[in-house]
Amino acid sequence: MGESINPDEIKAEQETMELTALLKQKFPKAVLDFHSHRLDETVVIERDSLEKVCRFLRDDSRCAFEIMIDLTAVDGLEINMNPRFEMVYHFKSLTHASRIRIKVPLDEDDCRIASISNIWKSADWYERECYDMFGIIFEGHPDLKRILMYEEFEGYPLRKDYPIDKQQPLMELKEIEERHKYGREL
Amino acid sequence: MTDMNALQTRMETSTSGADFSSSVMTIEIGPAHPAMHGIVRFTTHLDGELIIGMDPEIGYLHRGFEKESENSKWIQVIPYTDRLNYVSPLLCNIGYSMAVEKLYGIEAPRRAEFTRVIMGEISRITDHLTCLGAAAMEIGAFTFFLWFIKAREYLWELVEAMTGARLTTNWTRFGGNAMDLPDGFLHDLEDRLSKLEGIMEECDKLLTRNKIFIDRVKDIGAISKEDALSYGFSGPMLRACGIPYDVRRADPYSVYDELDFEIPVGSTGDCFDRFLVRMEEIRQSTSIIKQAADKMPEGPFMTDERMLHYPDKKDVYGNIEGLIDHFKMVMEGHSPPAGEIYMPTEGGNGEIGFYLVSDGSGDPVRVRLRPPCFNFVQAMPLITVGHYVADIVPIFGSINMIGGELDR
Repeated sequence: MGESINPDEIKAEQETMELTALLKQKFPKAVLDFHSHRLDETVVIERDSLEKVCRFLRDDSRCAFEIMIDLTAVDGLEINMNPRFEMVYHFKSLTHASRIRIKVPLDEDDCRIASISNIWKSADWYERECYDMFGIIFEGHPDLKRILMYEEFEGYPLRKDYPIDKQQPLMELKEIEERHKYGREL
Repeated sequence: MTDMNALQTRMETSTSGADFSSSVMTIEIGPAHPAMHGIVRFTTHLDGELIIGMDPEIGYLHRGFEKESENSKWIQVIPYTDRLNYVSPLLCNIGYSMAVEKLYGIEAPRRAEFTRVIMGEISRITDHLTCLGAAAMEIGAFTFFLWFIKAREYLWELVEAMTGARLTTNWTRFGGNAMDLPDGFLHDLEDRLSKLEGIMEECDKLLTRNKIFIDRVKDIGAISKEDALSYGFSGPMLRACGIPYDVRRADPYSVYDELDFEIPVGSTGDCFDRFLVRMEEIRQSTSIIKQAADKMPEGPFMTDERMLHYPDKKDVYGNIEGLIDHFKMVMEGHSPPAGEIYMPTEGGNGEIGFYLVSDGSGDPVRVRLRPPCFNFVQAMPLITVGHYVADIVPIFGSINMIGGELDR
């Protein structure tokens, strides 16, 4: 692989960003880093304060992020990122017409993070997908199971050490299993 | 919803020994069902005909778009984006190319941007025509479907004239488009748009005030503003709830800030509102296309920046710089500078967002697509419970689920 991400280069484009300043003032210990590469405001926070920061982002009138747009992870194995994983959250505020990206570094040995599906419903399925693809455990998620792959699938396909041409044995036909009586949403 | 609560109370408080749970029937709708727009399974729990629970299962069309993209060169991802949304492939092409352009920090020439607006809006219209036509057919309005597919055909012939393909368009590049407007395209466009307007007028008369149709869709599958926001809705589904969020207006990209258009909104967020919002969006898109065609500037349709477009064959065979550039671009591919970006664009269904991470080498570190209909299918239990089995068809039709981008 070529050169790794050079943080100084990205920092050079730094402008004073209101939301970053607000988060730094409100959670001085939680904010690890920030940048605004191509004007995408990004704040890196530590894992344990994710839920607090998310609640603040949704409920505070200066933030008012009503929509959780996207949630995903990045596996930095090939670019020697330390720690290996990074959670990436995108939020959109309609009130202030602003966007923000929150990133949380995650250790390979301890891939756990608090679920935010009780704050935004859309996080429910996105977290299931992230678990399915990267094997990240979301603590407090109501029903963390695979969503795109099948239950017997072994490994996490979007991790960089999962080979793209790996084949898995076909499953035998299953009996119709017992399900939760009235579906999950009741 | 009240019916469901009553039933639950009845079941929980039953002391007579009657086994109400035996009256609950579980049926599987899908994965392959004539009224399913893609392959998806709904495990539906019914009390008589009343839906009291639903469990959607997706993933049948998962083909590893993100994994495949991360193991390709940046330019090789463009053909994969055709297959994401198979009724408006150009919108995904444009979304991805604009994302990589943002990563580079460049803009396409103005002629390319106006052409993209025209082709993008044509795709939005074909997307809405397919969605409305199919949804109406499933509840009995067959004429409407045939008329709309006829209109879609007029537009797909334009796409074919432009890109050479109807579905596998592979049309945009980083910093421009693969082809310029063909001869006589704008004249042909005008002619076809007036045909489309005629069809829209006829179909509007046929369905919008039709009592049989309204009875099937009014107050069906409604969702409140708060729930829609919490579920991360976007596009026509969110606008039908009365929230005027459109990426073209909220975060203007391309040349949409120079064009005049309105954002239609509904009020109750039911299937009928979604129908009306999409009908109006077709008209607005028609007006956008006309404005963009009037303003179409002269000039290049592809950037001439080095290492972004493949050098002309004249240079490849004629001088050493051209030859080296060509060799490096073929062997190493495009190398956007290191960094990460999120680029939202307005697709037919809602916000299509690409999150890209580059390390400065020619290989993408992360290519992530935010699929708009993921959230809609997640909300299916919320908007169907309390309705009847027959209502699943109009509700699912109005969601416009596209398996290609849902499962990726």
